[in-house]
Amino acid sequence: MHPSSSDKPAAEKISFLLDGEIIEINDVDPTRTVLQYLREDLRRTGTKEGCAEGDCGACTVVVAELDHDGESVRVRAVNSCIQFLATLDGKELITVESLRGKDGSLHPVQKAMVDCHGSQCGFCTPGFVMSLLALYKNNASPTRLDVDDALAGNLCRCTGYRPIVDAALAMYDESSQRDASDDWLLGAKGTNTEKPLQEKISKLKSIRRTNNLAIKQAGRRLSSPRSVAELADLIQAKPDSTLLAGGTDVGLWVTKRHRELDEIIYLGNVAELRNISVSATHIEIGAAATLSDVMPVLVEHFPALQELFVRFASPPIRNAGTLGGNIANASPIGDSMPALLALDTVLVLREGQQQRELPLDEYYVGYQATALQPGEFLEKIRVPLPASSSGLQTYKVSKRFDQDISAICAAFCIGLDGDEIVTARVAYGGLAAIPKRAKQCEQMLLGKAFERATIDAAINVLDADFQPIDDMRASAEYRMQVCRNLLLRFYLESTGAETERVYGYNRA
Amino acid sequence: MKGSVGSSIPHDSAHLHVSGEASYTDDIAEPRDLLHLAIGMSERAHARIKSIDLQPVRSAVGVVDVILVDDIPGENNCGPVVHDDPIFAPNRVQYVGQSIFAVAAETVDAARKAARLAIVDYEDMDAVLDPLEAVEKKSFVLPSETLTRGDSRSALKVAQNRLQGRVHLGGQDQFYLEGQIAMALPRDDGDLFIFSSTQHPGELQTLVAAATGKQAKDVVVECRRMGGAFGGKESQPALIACIAALMTQRTGRACKLRLDRDDDMRLTGKRHDFIIDYDVGFDDDGNIGAVEFVFASRCGMSADLSGAINDRTMFHCDNAYYLPNLNVISHRCKTNTVSNTAFRGFGGPQGMFAIECVIDDVARCLGIDALDVRRRNFYGVGERDITPYGQKVEDNIIAELVEQLHASSDYLSRVAEIRSFNAQNEVLKRGIALTPIKFGISFTATHLNQAGALLHIYTDGTVHLNHGGTEMGQGLFTKVAQVVAEELQIDIDQIKITASDTSKVPNASATAASSGSDLNGKAAQAAARKIKGRLSRFAAEHFGVAEAEVVFKRNEVLVGDNAMPFKELVRLAWFARTSLSATGFYKTPKIHYDRETFSGRPFYYYTYGAAVAEVVIDTLTGENRLLRVDILHDCGQSLNPAIDKGQIEGGFIQGAGWLTTEELWWNERGELKTHAPSTYKIPTSSDVPIDFRVDILESAANREETVFRSKAVGEPPLMLALSVYHALKDAVASTASDGQAVLLQAPATPESVLNAVRALQCTDTTDHA
Repeated sequence: MHPSSSDKPAAEKISFLLDGEIIEINDVDPTRTVLQYLREDLRRTGTKEGCAEGDCGACTVVVAELDHDGESVRVRAVNSCIQFLATLDGKELITVESLRGKDGSLHPVQKAMVDCHGSQCGFCTPGFVMSLLALYKNNASPTRLDVDDALAGNLCRCTGYRPIVDAALAMYDESSQRDASDDWLLGAKGTNTEKPLQEKISKLKSIRRTNNLAIKQAGRRLSSPRSVAELADLIQAKPDSTLLAGGTDVGLWVTKRHRELDEIIYLGNVAELRNISVSATHIEIGAAATLSDVMPVLVEHFPALQELFVRFASPPIRNAGTLGGNIANASPIGDSMPALLALDTVLVLREGQQQRELPLDEYYVGYQATALQPGEFLEKIRVPLPASSSGLQTYKVSKRFDQDISAICAAFCIGLDGDEIVTARVAYGGLAAIPKRAKQCEQMLLGKAFERATIDAAINVLDADFQPIDDMRASAEYRMQVCRNLLLRFYLESTGAETERVYGYNRA
Repeated sequence: MKGSVGSSIPHDSAHLHVSGEASYTDDIAEPRDLLHLAIGMSERAHARIKSIDLQPVRSAVGVVDVILVDDIPGENNCGPVVHDDPIFAPNRVQYVGQSIFAVAAETVDAARKAARLAIVDYEDMDAVLDPLEAVEKKSFVLPSETLTRGDSRSALKVAQNRLQGRVHLGGQDQFYLEGQIAMALPRDDGDLFIFSSTQHPGELQTLVAAATGKQAKDVVVECRRMGGAFGGKESQPALIACIAALMTQRTGRACKLRLDRDDDMRLTGKRHDFIIDYDVGFDDDGNIGAVEFVFASRCGMSADLSGAINDRTMFHCDNAYYLPNLNVISHRCKTNTVSNTAFRGFGGPQGMFAIECVIDDVARCLGIDALDVRRRNFYGVGERDITPYGQKVEDNIIAELVEQLHASSDYLSRVAEIRSFNAQNEVLKRGIALTPIKFGISFTATHLNQAGALLHIYTDGTVHLNHGGTEMGQGLFTKVAQVVAEELQIDIDQIKITASDTSKVPNASATAASSGSDLNGKAAQAAARKIKGRLSRFAAEHFGVAEAEVVFKRNEVLVGDNAMPFKELVRLAWFARTSLSATGFYKTPKIHYDRETFSGRPFYYYTYGAAVAEVVIDTLTGENRLLRVDILHDCGQSLNPAIDKGQIEGGFIQGAGWLTTEELWWNERGELKTHAPSTYKIPTSSDVPIDFRVDILESAANREETVFRSKAVGEPPLMLALSVYHALKDAVASTASDGQAVLLQAPATPESVLNAVRALQCTDTTDHA
């Protein structure tokens, strides 16, 4: 039943690095979180639980792994509270306890936090330190906006953030008695850590898995195939399996809903599913490519996505979460879908060896229900090129700018021939049971002149496209009002009458 | 000398915070046989419990025991004042989330899973879910109160102008990052030792003793630090600790109860939301002649601390203004929602919010800058200086402070620039506001204004410091250690800061009401002075000099012309059999207050401040952003400017969250749907204005004889954020013609702002029709 392409038997042991040592764990419980492992098994209690849903950042740790080329290391902050331990296989886990030097000296990130009075109650502090460490390793000279983005997944209730931002900007200037060239963690991006880096790479290579992982423990099974073909077979054999990619939603099923997940198939080791390629006709995105990997590519072709993507969840969530997950999850309030609908995105679905293409527009059939057949899975996402990107705009309205779920998300893509509207895609999230195009509104736009009267007429039919509900994010009335007003705002921006938004006002 | 008073040393635990080595209650090494607990919670807002089937819970994997109301040997209460807070609902549940039973299991996961398995048969009863409905039905947790000065009725009738209004002001979750937690350990002879994340170990000790049928002497409570509290750990930890203690008493095993975030937010109290009605009379210059307020606050299902909280609302509905005729009615509404509790400001913010709304309406009605109306109505110096509750404002500096901020913030030219921007922009509108604060310092219940400390000096000259205050991140332990370092003239690293512990300092008040350093600093100072006095007398005698010639200075003691290290004198004193341990005690002088008549001097002194906020709004979506903030705040003679600045900035941003993004939303069944950070949005880094200018008022020694003439700083800065709300109103107002009041419900979410814009546009059209 398990059509492994490898001759070796499937391993039941995971291996990862922690403080330079290779840790091996036999028969790990597939849904045990990294945070549970740290706090309960290792009693490394520096990493905290604040919410157990990836929204407060107190649990932030850093994961280092070999990059796609296999010759460099990438460093990402993630939420340990919803990350399953088994997904650390082949990677390095770095926690707040990893940072002090052998002589007890504080890391520059830590020192800057002390010097700038960046902690009060201190409970969120280890998480901030780890998010700052990721920034330190990835960005040699961040701006204030870079810092805000790096910290978007970390909540502090005491300080008002100012001293933490100061620490983020000051950490590069902290001197240390430790020798950066001999201490990989100590080296900020751009500093010379060649020797420890090479040691790290060789250690990571030594635990790189070449066979499939299959764990059975506590009545639960986790399989981690390495090729799409194997994945397809596994899903066909067990169509009710839970597909796990970043775990930013599945993790909550476990920590919040206490669901028992008996069969999990982890997608993170299927290299093909993490590929992103650009051709003349489209951008093709593997379903398990992380949002952090996908976003820069999309923004390069569609600059209008920049603001939406900075406001999309938080860096730790984007580092783990995938675009495929955001789509397949079929939430009516997922932030990627209105834009992808407006871009006429096509999904490649697969069952066994069979592939079929389906416009994203036809994928959602009801509340959290999709056109996926049993045994079928989302393999790739195709965003058409060349972009008529000049006509694309996106909007997100939420109570808080960063790391909030949209009350309304909107995307408009209008193609003009002269003054005439020749293509019109108008898509909204948060207004219906599914992310949805406003077909009657689009019809009202098509073939008309791009002018205020046309927009007003199109606004007037939006009521026919949507009947939103009241909930804790917004009332139905507000949602409809903003639904209409965003189309007007799009028009005003397109004609140059409005050039600024509140989000970026005076922040550049 | 390291760590003297006035120096900006880091928080004493900063190096531990940043390295993850600071130990919180959940980080304490767990006893080997520890049981983990979870609470079974009500699914109904108001219902009779017909039956509970706990069999599925008991038979779940890993479950060791289950307890409910009949298993409590002592009193079924965790309420601090009125004993109306059951630990377990007896036969009727009164809010969604109320504790019905607790389960003990071998793992956290097993306990939480099992707690969901009970089959409860409810018979629904009528639920009151809204304060106005409660007023209508006369559903109150405590009697309504009235505060009256002068004759507001007559004054309103003769006023040149009169306005009425109603505004909704939302509540706020404390959102401490560390959730509620307690771990109980069995000790000899049935005694209990409790680790708790609590602002009030002494009260916890009392309530645990009562619940378990023990006495205070049988229970010890310890707390080294909390991961934030903000008032949410004043009374609320009692339920958690009582359940842990009861299960430990029953099983003989150590028990830990740590609430999941969602459960914490459903189960524990928050800041009271208010519905505020007002009626104001004023002359053409904006001088207020009379105000009447009716406050209806959501207290929830029990009294908790709502009496004192709503009293403080009444005491602060004058803010910094002299109101010659005032009538305040305060309804303490009983609703079938979680019992609301202390939160930074303790009712004060709601009172100050109310009068600032009145001021803003008066200004808009007259078409003059709200700042001018504020200035005109400030308390006077030597005249117009008696508060409605009869206390003379003796330390008033609000006028000078506001003028200083007015100049440093460049208020006037920015107002002009904003008006011109608004004239040129259709969709984006900017707004600005300067609001003042005056906040009374002391517990209004006079007896709580006392504190104790315990100080030991060891033979090597190092010091063990303990006091009744608790550390929740505010830097209290650091400040009190600075006081002792200053008093003994030794480096602060010679002083060991130790956990709050009911067996060291008894009967301590909650660390609340901003009073921590005022009370405990003085108590520790008293203890240090006692030992210092003994050392001085010993040195004088031993070296044959006058006591006045013994001077403690920078780790040394000068005895006549000779200097010796502090620790050398300590060693000599010990050898000569001198007691090197002392308690210190402090009670706040001058205060007195008669609750029957709402008169007296409830506050030792006032603290002052002001803020200018500038915002931008989108009139199509209601989205809004804070652009610039200027703050000038009074800390007296600051004990530690860096820590005080942290309180000012943190309090301000927390207040801004209260008034903008933080919305508590219940559905029609009384279920709170914003019970996690995914749905309840406190500010993040990018909500903080890039241009954020915060200054501590200089040369501002407290006129009262507080510890080194400092002032309390914990709560007052939160109310500086009223400037944000009023700046938003200013931006909204710019969408219509002058003379119109702006109806902006708080929190000013994008929806609330858009509603305000639309309401104004409607009335504007009507007026011109």
